Amino acid sequence: MPVTHKTLVKSKQGSNAQSQQKPLAAKTAKVVSKKKDEDDGTEIGEGGDEWMHGKTLIKPPDQLDLTEAELKEEFTRILTANNPHAPQNIVRYSFKERSYKPISSVDQLAVHFFLEGNLLHRDSDEARRQKAKQGLPDEKATVVTETEDEKLETPGGGEDGAHSVDSKTGKKEQKLTNQFNFSERASQTLNNPLRERGCQTEPPPRASFSATANQWEIYDVYLEEMQKQEKNKEKAKAVPKKEDDKGKKKLTLVETQSDDLTKVAKVAKIIERMVNQNTFDDIAQDFRYFEDASDEFREQEGTLLPLWKFQYDQAKRLSVTALCWNQSYKDLFAVGLGSYDFTKQGRGMLVFYSLKNSTYPEYNYPTTSGILCLDIHPDRPYLVAVGFYDGCVAVYNLKEERPEPVYKSSSKSGKHTDPVWQVRWQKDDMDNHQNFFSVSSDGRVVSWTLVKSELVFTDIIKLSLVGAVSEGPEGVPPPTMACGTSFDFHKQINYLFLVGTEEGKIHKCSKAYSSQFLETYDAHNMAVDAVKWNQFHPKVFISCSSDWTVKIWDHTIRTPVFIFDLNAAVGDVAWSPYSSTVFAAVTADGKVHVFDLGINKYEAICQQPVVAKKKTKLTHIEFNPVYPIIIVGDDRGYVTSLKLSPNLRSKPKEKKGQELPRGPEVEIAKMEKLLSLLREPENSKGRTESWCQTDYGPQALDFRR
Amino acid sequence: QAEVEETLKRIQTHKGVIGTIVVNAEGIPIRTTLDNSTTVQYAGLLHQLTMKARSTVRDIDPQNDLTFLRIRSKKHEIMVAPDKEYMLIVIQNPSE
Repeated sequence: MPVTHKTLVKSKQGSNAQSQQKPLAAKTAKVVSKKKDEDDGTEIGEGGDEWMHGKTLIKPPDQLDLTEAELKEEFTRILTANNPHAPQNIVRYSFKERSYKPISSVDQLAVHFFLEGNLLHRDSDEARRQKAKQGLPDEKATVVTETEDEKLETPGGGEDGAHSVDSKTGKKEQKLTNQFNFSERASQTLNNPLRERGCQTEPPPRASFSATANQWEIYDVYLEEMQKQEKNKEKAKAVPKKEDDKGKKKLTLVETQSDDLTKVAKVAKIIERMVNQNTFDDIAQDFRYFEDASDEFREQEGTLLPLWKFQYDQAKRLSVTALCWNQSYKDLFAVGLGSYDFTKQGRGMLVFYSLKNSTYPEYNYPTTSGILCLDIHPDRPYLVAVGFYDGCVAVYNLKEERPEPVYKSSSKSGKHTDPVWQVRWQKDDMDNHQNFFSVSSDGRVVSWTLVKSELVFTDIIKLSLVGAVSEGPEGVPPPTMACGTSFDFHKQINYLFLVGTEEGKIHKCSKAYSSQFLETYDAHNMAVDAVKWNQFHPKVFISCSSDWTVKIWDHTIRTPVFIFDLNAAVGDVAWSPYSSTVFAAVTADGKVHVFDLGINKYEAICQQPVVAKKKTKLTHIEFNPVYPIIIVGDDRGYVTSLKLSPNLRSKPKEKKGQELPRGPEVEIAKMEKLLSLLREPENSKGRTESWCQTDYGPQALDFRR
Repeated sequence: QAEVEETLKRIQTHKGVIGTIVVNAEGIPIRTTLDNSTTVQYAGLLHQLTMKARSTVRDIDPQNDLTFLRIRSKKHEIMVAPDKEYMLIVIQNPSE
């Protein structure tokens, strides 16, 4: 018997885990909760079994066969009040903690049967409503009914009274409609016919807009804003100037109407330079990068490489009379054109070229008289002082469009009576006016000051013929004027300057003394064409003349330190800006001579013809302050640019381990060394031979004071 | 004015220059020495390229601006110089 129950149980569950027996057992005996040992449990189960199934001794074919021990096993059954259908662990998502949280206690209530009843509590709302509907009297309303009875005298007596009472009672809860004489009347108004009306406006004009917001566009907008604000500020300051505004407005109107092409000017210039660069590409490359490698094999020689050639059609008959580099724009130079020939005097021209465009000048100003000299202001690169053959001086302003000079001297205002051979800008005077000096064949050195709109002149010094100061007993006429042909101002000492004259003398003068010279040097046999102070050494200057010689002087010594004979009339001489011992000279036979006293004290280290036709005379030469090139002007109106080979620009060799001191001190020291060699001939191994090379034979020059 | 005209004339007659085109801000050619179809083609294409190049330059540094653009090809060189309102295109054969 115990076997059967167990088997039954097992057959129900198959071969599931034994733990399931317990909840199942609990379910069947829910109400009764008692713990019994196995035998009792089995007995009860047995009893139930027997009662339910009668005698069952049939053994199902799939019954498990258990051993006796297993059959005797005790199983404990517990009856609990847990709802077996209730889940054991409910997990709910908690939004607060954002995770699934198990619920601690699960509801164990299991409802088996539910039936809704229809009983109402008498005090509940629903009950009262129903009562009111049915007309049952309320306890509270009894008082009201007595009072209302008197008032209401409607036909239908008591019933009415009751009903009216009802209505009163109903007031408190709900307004009830009168059952007998309540009449409801409804009427419908006329419904207005609906009409739909619509209108459509014209759509606003649409345009498709697309733009990019780049960094630079934002930047541009900000810039414009800033400019606008600045303009507003200025306007706020300059309110009373209404006329100016009108004038400005007119200007702006005119601009928009003018030809479009004026705005292409800048771009056209760039393009022209580009086109030229392409055409002269090899020259440009040479200018920049070519270094003559064969200079390594030539110890003491150098060469000049021809670069661009500048010529202007309208200046064909004129000769180059002046050259000047611009200090601020290193590729810009000025050419003055005129004529040296006394008989062929005519017009002249002032032309500016840039190295970037060799075919056409940047600026050109035609003049009525030939130009003889020019100078560009070192601080204001747009001011150019020009001296003419007819004795006038003029100042041009490159910023202005007009072809006339801004200032010009006239016969009233002290112009020279003879050609002006040299002009030089000076530092601004105390009133911040620009001023320049000029020297002329009429023997005057004049200072011109630019005051507002005119030139004011001051005679600085009158060059008189030396020796004629003292009146001779013959009753000679008053001393005649010497003719100044060139001058130069000292680089450091402002008041000191040198003047070269047509008689071949060089006078050292000071701005302070107007009648006396500080010193006079007997320089040349012919007119002194050029005199220039050394760029570094404060005592040395150079002079050249048509008497074929170039002389180097120390201004404390009355005789020249070096003399060079160049076999042809020397047109011009210039010191180099990079070395105190290098200078170059041009001669009338078309050759350029470059000397480096540090390398060779006797000869030029380069002598090169630079113009094709032998008859062309070279008239001027200038070194570029920055680049290693020189420009040479000739009497046919051409300007040739040449590049200096490395040997011509040699710097002192570096000693290993020692840092080479740079700067002008080195140059000064170099020169000083040279000079000291000459000043101590006793130490120079007793050489008495000359320091010059001439065709006339050695000349013994006495350096000893 | 006359100076600009002269400059343009000089460019046109310079050695090796095949053609010159002046283009306005919208890319429409104003003045040209080439035939119409070529001009329109050059103007349109180069205008876009120049705008792109300028945008690139200014993007890197807004204070910078494009000065000019050179395109060298096997046959010739195209040079473009842009401005605020105009653009000048020159085609040159540099090896001539």
